[in-house]
Amino acid sequence: MQRLTVRDSPAPGTRRRPSSSSLLASELKQLFRRRRTQAMLLALAAIPVVIAVVVRVSSAVPPGRGPAFLDRISQNGLFVAVTAMLVSVPLFLPLTIGVVAGDTIAGEAGLGTLRYLLVAPAGRARLLLVKYAGAAVFCISAPLAVALAGAGIGWVLFPVGPVALLSGDLVEPDEALVRMLLIAAYQAVSLLGLSAIGLFLSTLTDVPVGAMAATIVLSVVSQVLDQLPQLEWLHPWLFTHHWFGFADLLRQPIGWDSFGDNALLQAGYIAVFGALAFGRFVSKDVLS
Amino acid sequence: MTAAGRALALETKGLSKRFGHQLAVNSIDLAVPRGSVFGFLGPNGSGKTTTIRMMLGLAAPTAGEVRVLGMDMPRQLDEVLPRVGALVEGPAFYPFLSGAANLHRFDAADRHAAPSTRRARVAEALERVGLSHAARKKVRAYSLGMKQRLGIANALLARRELLVLDEPTNGLDPQGTREVRNLVRSLAADGATVFVSSHLLAEVEQICTHAAIMSAGRLVAQGPLAELRESGTAQLRLVTPDAGAASGVLVRFGLSPVVGHPDGADAVITSSLPIGAGADGTAGLPAANGGVAPEAVVAALVADGVRVRGFTVERGSLEDRFVALTGEGFDVAQ
Repeated sequence: MQRLTVRDSPAPGTRRRPSSSSLLASELKQLFRRRRTQAMLLALAAIPVVIAVVVRVSSAVPPGRGPAFLDRISQNGLFVAVTAMLVSVPLFLPLTIGVVAGDTIAGEAGLGTLRYLLVAPAGRARLLLVKYAGAAVFCISAPLAVALAGAGIGWVLFPVGPVALLSGDLVEPDEALVRMLLIAAYQAVSLLGLSAIGLFLSTLTDVPVGAMAATIVLSVVSQVLDQLPQLEWLHPWLFTHHWFGFADLLRQPIGWDSFGDNALLQAGYIAVFGALAFGRFVSKDVLS
Repeated sequence: MTAAGRALALETKGLSKRFGHQLAVNSIDLAVPRGSVFGFLGPNGSGKTTTIRMMLGLAAPTAGEVRVLGMDMPRQLDEVLPRVGALVEGPAFYPFLSGAANLHRFDAADRHAAPSTRRARVAEALERVGLSHAARKKVRAYSLGMKQRLGIANALLARRELLVLDEPTNGLDPQGTREVRNLVRSLAADGATVFVSSHLLAEVEQICTHAAIMSAGRLVAQGPLAELRESGTAQLRLVTPDAGAASGVLVRFGLSPVVGHPDGADAVITSSLPIGAGADGTAGLPAANGGVAPEAVVAALVADGVRVRGFTVERGSLEDRFVALTGEGFDVAQ
């Protein structure tokens, strides 16, 4: 081993301007360069592709069968994206979010890298914030992958023309694409609450798979509870309650009410579970 | 800050950690002088790693306080840790990233580390531990020894005032062990304090200036290595045909001689010999400082006409001291 001294390393005691962007950049790079993340985004993008190919090679779908809008796909390719989004919302999207959010802290603890991040020192609050920010960026990417792949494959395989909205108005394809992006944004917001839950669960364990599974199970449980009429009083408080409320974005003029309600509800979940995660993580003994 | 506080790189007072009913660390008072190479010894499970975790703010003490580089932990953690490099309980990395990418990641986590010099600092740290050739290789493909080296490189990403190295030679081949020893010496020569935990005594004896010994969560000894090694007892071995007279002399010094006749002709008398700090006791009776000077024993023997045909005093090694204090063999957990 050679004796070297690093001339430009900060001399002991001197303080450089703290840079917080480095860790976030590192986190995003790590998340999106990871094979697992790429595979999940590819799998999400495959959903509209599978739907489109199946519809293309099969005979006409009778109206009223299968997922909503399925029968409209062969008339207008842009409906591939809407159909795929409806199919992904209950399970596929929460599944990928569960993996990413459940892995945030528990994944680092499981690898043992958490202690080295904290000793660096990353700062516990800062690390938690960066981890949530990474999960939030994934929340944006996941529905976007479905929407863009859907619009793309629909455009390739089917005729694309003016789209009839739920209110009966016709809009041009470019306007329809904007609506698709709005739906993706709606889904991104929907998933932020679940991410906060996943982040909190992730601070409770050193086993990432446990936190991932618990997050996914909670999203399913919440949807089941939302179906039980006996629990109607509870429904407005369930984080999945507005998950299918994006139909208002397909009206003319756009109805923003459900978007607002959803955002408010998710903000509540972020506040509560963010605080729980913070309380747990700053006082946690890191023994992994 | 007191003068004593400035002179210490690391200090704990009454530091304790309880896990459920088990007291993993039991009120220890460590004092690690600045500029020392400090060996932290103890059998596996004696509380060394738990102590290190509390020193680095990873775990909160149940009681007591920790001061690192003169500052309170974990209250001033943000100011302290950028000046401390650490290898805690073995290396841990992202297996799907290369060695260099792992170091980039940990360096990015330190908000005081300058991004502009990151590439150069990572390259130099890798070079310093001899891993430049494997910098682009995924850590998944690293051997245990390479991971250990990478862990040490991570501790060297910036200039540090204190290095905390938990079992740094674990998994290294003899060559790597020697390199780590040289590295620790060069770090100390640059003025850093190096705190090395280990259960390998020979390693500590070779590189440390000071040491502390843990046993079952307690600190049973600490101080400069020479003092640790010499306090305690030595073994006296006397070969003489005059067994009776010799035993009488030894008993006068307060020793308890054991007479043996291994080859028939001469008696071999053995006895443990307490050695005081100064070891300059004068003739006659046990020295005032609690030790018995070997030369005084020889003089008394000769004066009494004992034919001394062989006389040796074996100083206890650190290992003897360690075993005497911990009462168990190596690697025995409580």
